[in-house]
Amino acid sequence: MPGLTHYLILAAALFALGMFGLLTRRNAVGVLMSIELMFNAVNINFVAFSRFLTPEALTGQIFAVFIITIAAAEAAVGLAIVMLIYRNFRGIEVDKINFMKW
Amino acid sequence: MGFNWILISPEIAVLATGFILLILDLFIGKSRGFLLTAVSFIGIMVALWLNYQNYSIMGVGFQGIVINDPIGFYFKIIFCMGTLLTVFISSTYVSREMKGMGEYYVLIFIATFGMMVMASSADLITIFLGLEVMSIPLYVLAGIHRGRLRGREAAMKYFLLGAFASGFLLYGIALIFGAYGSTNLVEISQRFLFSSGFSGILTGAGMVFLLVGFGFKIAAAPFHMWVPDVYEGATAPVTAFMSAGPKAAAFAVLFRLFSVFQPVISDNFTTILWILAVITMLWGNLLALSQKNIKRMLAYSSIAHAGYVLIALTVGGRDGISAGLFYLLIYTIVNIGAFSIIIFFSGKNEKYENISDYAGFGYKYPFAAIAMTVFMLALAGFPATAGFAGKYKIFVAAINSGFIWLAIIGIFNSLVSVWYYIGVVVSMYMKQPRDESPTVILSMTLMVAVLVAFIGTVYLGLFPDDWIALSDWAGSHYSWASIVGSLVR
Repeated sequence: MPGLTHYLILAAALFALGMFGLLTRRNAVGVLMSIELMFNAVNINFVAFSRFLTPEALTGQIFAVFIITIAAAEAAVGLAIVMLIYRNFRGIEVDKINFMKW
Repeated sequence: MGFNWILISPEIAVLATGFILLILDLFIGKSRGFLLTAVSFIGIMVALWLNYQNYSIMGVGFQGIVINDPIGFYFKIIFCMGTLLTVFISSTYVSREMKGMGEYYVLIFIATFGMMVMASSADLITIFLGLEVMSIPLYVLAGIHRGRLRGREAAMKYFLLGAFASGFLLYGIALIFGAYGSTNLVEISQRFLFSSGFSGILTGAGMVFLLVGFGFKIAAAPFHMWVPDVYEGATAPVTAFMSAGPKAAAFAVLFRLFSVFQPVISDNFTTILWILAVITMLWGNLLALSQKNIKRMLAYSSIAHAGYVLIALTVGGRDGISAGLFYLLIYTIVNIGAFSIIIFFSGKNEKYENISDYAGFGYKYPFAAIAMTVFMLALAGFPATAGFAGKYKIFVAAINSGFIWLAIIGIFNSLVSVWYYIGVVVSMYMKQPRDESPTVILSMTLMVAVLVAFIGTVYLGLFPDDWIALSDWAGSHYSWASIVGSLVR
């Protein structure tokens, strides 16, 4: 039976993976997916804390629902920006978008 | 315990104005841009008036997720001032450069709504929602100009790093939730007595993550990489808006969180904030010295100003918070004033953005040049301008609380900053003008904005007493325990 610690370690590993992907991916869509990974790591944290620490209150799970909603809104805006970048720069490699010094 | 709508009436006014603008934009022609400006003006005035009505009401509403206290009251004045000035400087710009897009105003108002929610929330869920409601319109605003390729790039960079910061912020909130089993700040502060070593570790780690997340939003030094590019790439009115309100909103949350968690976080946090303040000031000022583009220069200067407010955060308590509030108010007025002159000088399509382009403008546009000189001196902190009053209050607060070295480093940094602010004045008055002269377009609303910012800068520099008293009053209500004790639910 997995305990709270197992879930927290899984979430921390996923968060670190997302961060690693965000820093190393060149493709903008890959970067967006890494951000989603970070958000979902946080969701695991919330749901695990909610299940093990406050089983009678639902705050943690409601927060996870809010995060999913916000992540969807962010992804919508993010993909729109990626579309514009593709139209103007003919590519979505983040390291090639450098009119201004980074 | 019903829903106390009065507590969030300023927020409702701002959001309603946004929706009215959205619908109004459908029915009026693109040439009637002034109608949108007028409605925006009325909306902000209504919000300010409603905020003033809430002046004496302190309370927690909506099952404890919304709090109305003097600090929130003060921050809402700052946001309304910032949005008011932004609407005025944008009016002609939007109809000239962006073919009168109504969405522009709608996004500004929704972002302002998000900031106000951030400043007046007493729950980590609403703080996060407010932050996202503020940030998502800003990502769009950064790239809203159709013909501006650099704006697209700015939107991309802002979005990626902003979402990255949100991830850190959420992880921090999750750890704090794990420590106390609640996201409500009132409930959390009541559970401090029963906290164990485990929750102490989780709180410490959570606060570090929160500091990283908000460090991106306030543009503190190790997390500032996006600032110069986004400020340069976005159009000037958007940059003016971005540099004032969102920074103040992130500071509002930081002030609140650090006063709530004061009893449980260790003294190491003072050291962390101390180092963060010093790095931010030094990095911003030193890199600003070598900038040629004026928007990029002001971007680094805004990093440096975040460093000065971080001094106030380090000091904390009544003195620190009142100094920080007063400084953010002044910074909002002066910085948007400086950007309004940039909009005036940069001409069509923002062609003239380099400091060297302003050569000879001191004689060509005497009034605008005088206003720009005053704004630059105020940003540098010259006596008799508002910037001096703000910096004086911060440094005095630091010295009184025993942070002598922090004050000395801050004063040294203000001296360094004089160099690059004066560079703009020197370019306007003492350089030979170029052959091709930019065509500058006069605009009524822009002039009003410049006038308001100018009067504000001089007035707050010469007679700051009323506003200092107001910020002291707001700062004296920092203590979370006394607020929670005296609340009418």
